[in-house]
Amino acid sequence: MKLSLTKVVNGCRLGKIKNLGKTGDCTMDIPGCLLYTKTGSAPHLTHHTLHKIHGVPAMAQLTLSSLAEHHEVLAEYKEGVGKFIGMPESLLYCSLHDPVSPCPAGYVTNKSVSVWGVGGRVEMTASKFMAIQQVLQPDWFQCLSDGEATCDEATSIKRARKSVDRSLLFLDNCLKLQEESEVLQKSVIIGVIEGGDVMEERLRSARETAKRPVGGFLLDGFQGTATTLETRLHLLSSVTAELPEHKPRLICGVSQPDEVLECIERGVDLFESFFPYLATERGCALTFSFDYQPIPEETLLQQNGTEEEVKYVDQTKSKTTSCNQEITSFEINLKEKKYQEDFDPLVRECPCYCCKNHTRAYIHHLLVTNELLAGVLLMMHNFEHYFGFFQAIREALKSDRLAQLKELIHRQAS
Amino acid sequence: MAAVVSPTSLESAPRIMRLVAECSRSRARAGELRLPHGPVATPVFMPVGTQATMKGITAEQLDALGCRICLGNTYHLGLRPGPELIQKARGLHGFMNWPHNLLTDSGGFQMVSLVSLSEVTEEGVRFRSPYDGDETLLSPERSVEIQNALGSDIIMQLDDVVSSTVTGPRVEEAMYRSIRWLDRCIAAHQRPDKQNLFAIIQGGLDADLRATCLEEMTKRDVPGFAIGGLSGGESKGQFWRMVALSTSRLPKDKPRYLMGVGYATDLVVCVALGCDMFDCVFPTRTARFGSALVPTGNLQLKKKQYEKDFRPIDPECACPTCQKHSRAFLHTLLHSDNTAALHHLTVHNIAYQLRLMSAVRASIVEKRFPDFVRDFMGTMYGDPTLCPSWATEALASVGITLG
Repeated sequence: MKLSLTKVVNGCRLGKIKNLGKTGDCTMDIPGCLLYTKTGSAPHLTHHTLHKIHGVPAMAQLTLSSLAEHHEVLAEYKEGVGKFIGMPESLLYCSLHDPVSPCPAGYVTNKSVSVWGVGGRVEMTASKFMAIQQVLQPDWFQCLSDGEATCDEATSIKRARKSVDRSLLFLDNCLKLQEESEVLQKSVIIGVIEGGDVMEERLRSARETAKRPVGGFLLDGFQGTATTLETRLHLLSSVTAELPEHKPRLICGVSQPDEVLECIERGVDLFESFFPYLATERGCALTFSFDYQPIPEETLLQQNGTEEEVKYVDQTKSKTTSCNQEITSFEINLKEKKYQEDFDPLVRECPCYCCKNHTRAYIHHLLVTNELLAGVLLMMHNFEHYFGFFQAIREALKSDRLAQLKELIHRQAS
Repeated sequence: MAAVVSPTSLESAPRIMRLVAECSRSRARAGELRLPHGPVATPVFMPVGTQATMKGITAEQLDALGCRICLGNTYHLGLRPGPELIQKARGLHGFMNWPHNLLTDSGGFQMVSLVSLSEVTEEGVRFRSPYDGDETLLSPERSVEIQNALGSDIIMQLDDVVSSTVTGPRVEEAMYRSIRWLDRCIAAHQRPDKQNLFAIIQGGLDADLRATCLEEMTKRDVPGFAIGGLSGGESKGQFWRMVALSTSRLPKDKPRYLMGVGYATDLVVCVALGCDMFDCVFPTRTARFGSALVPTGNLQLKKKQYEKDFRPIDPECACPTCQKHSRAFLHTLLHSDNTAALHHLTVHNIAYQLRLMSAVRASIVEKRFPDFVRDFMGTMYGDPTLCPSWATEALASVGITLG
């Protein structure tokens, strides 16, 4: 695979990753996002409804937490997880954890890391981990790593150091195991940058990981609340400065539009797309504008309704993840009574299936009556809106208008 | 049992059903309904989308499966979101954006299913809303008024429904009341040119009461008749006899809609007995419990035996689920909290039902329906002779022998 940068503007990297996939002819745009899945399927969506969405990313994210317990089935299946889940043409990235449901801390040892599936805890040593990846056969996978340095409020230097040491050890073990397996060599290992909030350790992690023959880097431990991300942004810049230019940088646990832009400015290329999923689960539709071309005032008013609408996002409330369980200002809550007779689409001029075929009133009805279709339609809209946002980022970078887009997003972030 | 000659209708109302073929042995018919939102081939199975949605599948998916008519429910929609809103949304078609036909039930069945929340008088049914405790009176007039606002292509009279396990004078009372309510519905119906009001034959499991109801209701000039009050807790032996009695007395040139029937065997037998239209929550409901319908019965995909079964649900099925997914994957997905699992099965089960009806229809048109029935029973039960005795008797009554 090959990452070619078209341009770098204020730290933002615009480019393409080429020669991806089993046949080597797939391409991914950066900055970009990965399709979020649960147990190998986009949430709420069948192949049919998923493919009605425009701009679905070329690469989907699978989570080991949802798949590890099925490795025996996959071993017998033999043909890899892509085919098993009915996505044989998609590029696949396997992360350790599900960004939406972080697992209980305290289960990483020097020898193993645990993930939680429906059936409970699956403990994995490096060899078990690689055995599982061997039957999954993803295109990329996050290496076994210790991501718990940031779990407690205050990271101790000792804990941060341990996270780096362990992760490097896991990485070296996994690389060795990869050398011994033809099948595993077809997958690309993504090295994981740890180190908590300790600058020294972060730099050490970056430098040491970069020495290994990994295909890309995952920036772990930056998830949290919006405030914690803010404090970590300079750490992020320092980390990416140590990483080679020609390898992709992924970040986990960061998916909100304003945070995405902050990270792109600090050298991050790929993001998870769980934010649209979280909005869906709270009965909300993404309505934020990413149309940075002139006449923004009008658009804003149209999207978000009346002028008196000001949403204060309680940033300090949620503790563990930046997966803000609170309704953000990037969305509208369709459960609200005011949408009962609103016959407009979720977002005017949105080309998605939901907006072309249904009204806010209908979605409101589905939510009030607890109907399954609410989740389906909202997911279709939210994914499409989110993928459209990333397309806008790339276009803004291309035409040197990122500052405008950033300003637009920032205005809507409070 | 000699076939009773069905009376031909004397009224001059336009016929919405055109007969295309009739089985020379049984009472099975193949036809075509001409409805405001397009033609519908019969016999037809109509999936149930109670609250303006076919559960987790989109209107486009339902259309792609070949569905041309489905159900909505007056009781539920009358409460949420209410007829005024739906009218503003350009009717139920506009509200849910369904381009094909809709049939709405009147709310009558909820009298049985929600019996603890309802009270029946001559005026109508008084319901206590489970959502806010409010009381609503669903009268024949109100039911038709709501259905007029919904704009469905076929609307049902409000009937006085009694559970089929009830005996005694209540059954007779309900039967006569249903006739009176039919007349009130006909009188209240504001849009007979756009919406077809069907009568519903009641009378429980009493042949005399059924016969009386049939005689009376067929005097009314309605475009179609439903056979109601069955598909409850009654024995199958009683069930089929009431269906057969009804079809023997219903006019040939109008559709016969058997309400609440959806099990494959029941569909095949009741087509033989002369029914044209069916509805049932079973296929879509059972899908949400992880059960996939197949010609040999059903697969409980959550069970461990499917964990490593890499075949599709049905290798002969052309639905998107069977084209793309294995039982093993569906098993895995069903054990997760991703609702997509339910939607895959809903799609498949609807496809199964529609395909079954299609096959039934083709066999009638091609004059091989009795053979079809034998094959069907053979596949379902291992041997046609192993088919349940009630089905054997029912089929025999219309000239179809098994084995």
